[in-house]
Amino acid sequence: MTTLVFAAIVLGVGTFAFRFAGPVLRDRVELSPRVEQLMAVSAVVLLAALVVTSAVLDGQEFAGFARPAGVVVGGVLAWRRAPFVVVVLAAAITAAGLRLIGVP
Amino acid sequence: MRSIWRTLGPELVRDVALVWAAGGIVGVSFGAIAVGSGLPVWMPMLLSVVVFAGAAQFMFVGLVASGGNPVAAVIAGLLVNARHLPFGFALGDVLGQGWLRRIAGTHLMIDESVAFALAQHDADKRRAAYWACGLGLFVSWNLGVVIGAVGGTVITDTDALGLDAAFPAVLLALVLPSLRDPAVRRAVLLGVVVAVATAPFLPAGLPVLLALVGVLAGAGRKPERRQQEVAS
Repeated sequence: MTTLVFAAIVLGVGTFAFRFAGPVLRDRVELSPRVEQLMAVSAVVLLAALVVTSAVLDGQEFAGFARPAGVVVGGVLAWRRAPFVVVVLAAAITAAGLRLIGVP
Repeated sequence: MRSIWRTLGPELVRDVALVWAAGGIVGVSFGAIAVGSGLPVWMPMLLSVVVFAGAAQFMFVGLVASGGNPVAAVIAGLLVNARHLPFGFALGDVLGQGWLRRIAGTHLMIDESVAFALAQHDADKRRAAYWACGLGLFVSWNLGVVIGAVGGTVITDTDALGLDAAFPAVLLALVLPSLRDPAVRRAVLLGVVVAVATAPFLPAGLPVLLALVGVLAGAGRKPERRQQEVAS
């Protein structure tokens, strides 16, 4: 049990260190606008990779069809400038509905 | 706090509130799953307060509950959370000044708060969106976890609600406007291809980090710069 508490705290501290590095180091170093730009692009690339991997995969396995279908529906609506709430709900309803009719 | 609301405006408040609600429901399922797989009630609560990162928490609990080594569970969780390092650099001055604010803001750095911040165009809105999303999710997530851990099997299958599709859709809706820039689009396309191609073979967290290769591809095309004449 003590091991588990310790493990949870180590994960928490390590995660905090990852999060804290940027805000602290940015203060010390004067970054050129170009580097700033690259960092913003990095974040977008990470988020996009997160979207696609979490939509298509469950760990290392294919997540089935319902989830990616939901994300695609949401994506199309977002692209057509639908309100954010509509995008998110449509994604959820599509995936839930497909599962309801037996699509994995 | 009130200034955050005023800066956001009703529309963004509604958008952020939807994410709080979804996060709360996933929190309930996390609490229930953790306790259901034999972990003590306080374990999911402790994780949710000190780690506050959904994917890593699910992974940690899954590994520990299946009899895995806690060291391996920590390493797996850290790998999943490594993406917060580049996030921190991208956020810039969103956290605000002062150490207390910065430490609190750092702990609220999650995919959704980062995406909401990056989607705003002016500095004040950016800051307000980040704090509103982060603070609200911290509350709703932890509340959800307590309810799920104590109440047991209220909701364990959030897939039936389609929430597993809702969260990628949240991030997608927020990053989509950035893709209007062709250079960003190229970087994203390459990054996504690399992440998806490597994901079946690598531990969770690594493929997303490898997506950063896409940024290098975009950066390879240096802006026009005149060659300085070296020795004359």
